[in-house]
Amino acid sequence: MILQLNGEQVYYGTGSGHWKKDAKSIVFVHGAGFDHSIWVMPARYFARHGFNVIALDLPGHGQSSGALLTSIDAMADWVAQVIGAVADDANAKATVIGHSMGSLIAMNMAGRHKATVKQIALLGTSAPMSVTNLLLDAAKDNHHAAIDMTNTWSHSQRSIMGSSDNPGVSNIHAGERWLERAGESVLYTDLAACNAFDAAELPSVECPALVITGGDDKMTPAQAGIAVAQMLPNAHVANLPSCGHSMLTEQPNQVLDALSGFILS
Amino acid sequence: MSDGEHRGPKGLGFDTLSLHAGQVPDPTTGARATPIYQSAAFVFPDSDVAVGLFNLERAGHVYSRLSNPTNAVLEERMAALDHGVGSIVTASGQAAIHLAITTLLSAGDHIVASRSLYGGTHNLFQYTLSRFGISTTFVDPRDFDAFTQAIQPNTKVIFGEVLGNPGLEVLDIPQLSKLAHDHGLPLMIDATFVTPYLCRPIDLGADIVVHSATKFLSGHGVVVGGVVVDGGTFDWRGKEKFPTLSQPYEGFHDLVFAEEFGPLAFITRARREGIRDFGACMAPMTAFQILQGLETLPLRMQRHVANALEVAKYLEGHDMVESVSYPGLESHPDYALAQTMLPKGAGAVFSFELKGGRAAGRTFIESLDIFSHLANVGDAKSLVIHPASTTHHRMDEASLLASGIGPGLVRLSIGLEDPVDLIADLKKGLRGVEKSLRKPS
Ligand SMILES: Cc1ncc(COP(=O)(O)O)c(C=O)c1O
Repeated sequence: MILQLNGEQVYYGTGSGHWKKDAKSIVFVHGAGFDHSIWVMPARYFARHGFNVIALDLPGHGQSSGALLTSIDAMADWVAQVIGAVADDANAKATVIGHSMGSLIAMNMAGRHKATVKQIALLGTSAPMSVTNLLLDAAKDNHHAAIDMTNTWSHSQRSIMGSSDNPGVSNIHAGERWLERAGESVLYTDLAACNAFDAAELPSVECPALVITGGDDKMTPAQAGIAVAQMLPNAHVANLPSCGHSMLTEQPNQVLDALSGFILS
Repeated sequence: MSDGEHRGPKGLGFDTLSLHAGQVPDPTTGARATPIYQSAAFVFPDSDVAVGLFNLERAGHVYSRLSNPTNAVLEERMAALDHGVGSIVTASGQAAIHLAITTLLSAGDHIVASRSLYGGTHNLFQYTLSRFGISTTFVDPRDFDAFTQAIQPNTKVIFGEVLGNPGLEVLDIPQLSKLAHDHGLPLMIDATFVTPYLCRPIDLGADIVVHSATKFLSGHGVVVGGVVVDGGTFDWRGKEKFPTLSQPYEGFHDLVFAEEFGPLAFITRARREGIRDFGACMAPMTAFQILQGLETLPLRMQRHVANALEVAKYLEGHDMVESVSYPGLESHPDYALAQTMLPKGAGAVFSFELKGGRAAGRTFIESLDIFSHLANVGDAKSLVIHPASTTHHRMDEASLLASGIGPGLVRLSIGLEDPVDLIADLKKGLRGVEKSLRKPS
C-alpha cells in the first residue's frame, strides 16, 4: 500500500490483508539496509489471523521515498506518525515488531511514544548496538565488503552451508541481494544510527516485550538480547538454538511460533 | 564504490559447496548422504500449520510436485553454485526452459533469442510457444545491433546459450546483460554446456539461468533433469511490463510477488504457479543422482576440458579435418572472449568438419569404438553424433548450411577416458574416411 505523508511516499506491505477499522494492528520494522519484504511470512500469518498489518519500508528504503533518517529517535517518531496516518486516528495503538535496527526503533517507541505502542517484540537485539569501524568504514564508502561483512556475520555457520527450511532458497545469497537493493548510503546511515543508539537516554519502557534471540547470532549475541530483556520490566525471552541474526529467513517457523505465542495469547 | 581497500569475508569455495551446500547430516538419523525422500506428501502437524504452508506463512513441504526435501538440497546447492537466491529443479532441461519462460511471458509476448540454440529450444520457441501466442526473433549471437533491433514493445526477455550450437559461439554475457538492462529487460541464459564450474552467468550480469542437468551436472548419462536458478538481481517492482510479478495474481488471492517477496519474487512465482500448475517436477531419486554427480563436478569438469583441448588440438592438425570449432583453440573467432569469460576451459562439447561430406561423416562414426554414437552430451563417456545423417537427416545441403551445419560436421562430447585412447579411436575413424575417399566410386 502507498500513503502520502509530508509530501513523501510511504510504502507498507499488508501481508495481502485488508484494513479493518476495529482490528488490532501490528507494525513490522526492518533492519539496516533491508525493506518490508523480509517480513513476508509473519505479515501474511497475522493478516490471515485478522490483524491489520503494516510492514514498513523506512524512508529511502524499498519503495518509500524521502531522505534517510539518521537517528533511531527520528525513525521512531516517523513510525509513530505513520501508524496514526494509516489508521487515520492520532490515538491509534499498535504492536511494534522490529528486527535488528528495527528492534531499537520498537524499543525507542515503547519509551517515547507510550500512547502508540501496545507491546513490542525485539528480534536480534542489543543495547548498545555497536558496529565495528571496519564495517562502518566500508559502508561509508558504499563498498561491497560492507554487504559481505553484514551478510556473512548475519548468518549462522549452519545457514552459510545451507539447508534452508524454505525449499530451494539460498538464504545467504538472498540476504546479499536484499542488501544490494539498498540505495547509496542506506546501509551506512542505518548502521551509524544503530551505533549511536543509547538506551540510557530512553524514558523507561513499561509495555510487555518479547525478545527473540539466536543462539548463533554473531551480530547481536543471545547474551546481549537477554541483557536487553533484563532492562525491561515485563519481558519474556524466546531463544532459537543455532539460529543466526537473519532469523526471519533462517528459522521462519520458529520466529512465527514465538511471535504468535506472544501476540495471540 | 571505492578503490577496494576494504575486505569482507569470503564465502566457501566451489569444491566445498559442490559437496556440502544445502545439506547437513540428517538431524534424526545422522545420515551423511542426502536421503531420498520418496514420499508424495508430507504430514501437517495441525490445521493452522497446514493453512500456513499453503498461504506462504511457513516454510516446509506439502506435496512433492511443489517441493521435496531431496530436491530442495539439489535446488539449494545449485543456487549456491550459481550465486542465485534460489532454484527449482524440473523434469528435464526443456521443462526448466519452459518454466522460466512461462513464469515471465504470456500470450502476446515476445522473446529475442540467439539463433545458435540447442535444437529442442529452437523447436520450443519457434513452433511450440508460438501456438500459445509467444513469438521469438532469432539473431546472430555476435551481432549486438541485431539484438537491439529485434527488441519490440512486447519483448520480455533476452535469451541465449553460453556456448552456441553448433558453432560454439561464446555469448558475451557482460555486454548482452548491459544491452538487456538498458532496455529494461532481464537476461536469461542456458548454461548447460559450461555448468557453474566454468561460468557463473549471474556473476557476469545474467538474471535467470537454466540448465539441462541431464548433461555435465549429473555427469553420467543416467538421468534427465533440469534447473532454473533465479539470480534475484532483476527488480520487477512496479514494472507493468512484467505483470506476473508486479501485478496482483488472482491465482493466489491477489498476491503481488515483487512486493511481498523482494529478491525472491521470480523463483517464488515459478514454484507457486509454474511447478504447481504445469507440474513438470523432478523425481527425488533423480535429484539424488544429480547430487551424486555434483559432488565430483569440479574434478570431472577439469578433466573434461583438459581432454577436450587435447582432442581438439589433435583434430586441428589432421589432414582429413577441414576445420575444428572449439573456443579453446586460437583458431576460433571467440578465443579471446573465451579466455576472459571461461578461464577454466571452454567446455567439452565441440564440432569439426570432415573432408568428404555426408558419406564421410557416416563412415567416420561407424569406425569408432570408444565414442558412443548417440544423441546426448555431457556424459562421463565420450559421445559422437553426425547431425547430417541423424538429427538433421531430412534436410538438404542448402538448409543444413543455413543452420550452420556442414554435411561433414561431427559433434563430439569429450568424456573422462584416457586422452590417448580417445585420440587413437578418432585416428581409426579418420583413417576409415581417408580409405573410403581413396576408393574409386
Ligand atoms: C543446451 C541445452 N539446453 C537444453 C537441453 C534440454 O535438456 P533436456 O534434454 O534435459 O530436456 C539440452 C539437451 O540436449 C541442451 O543441450
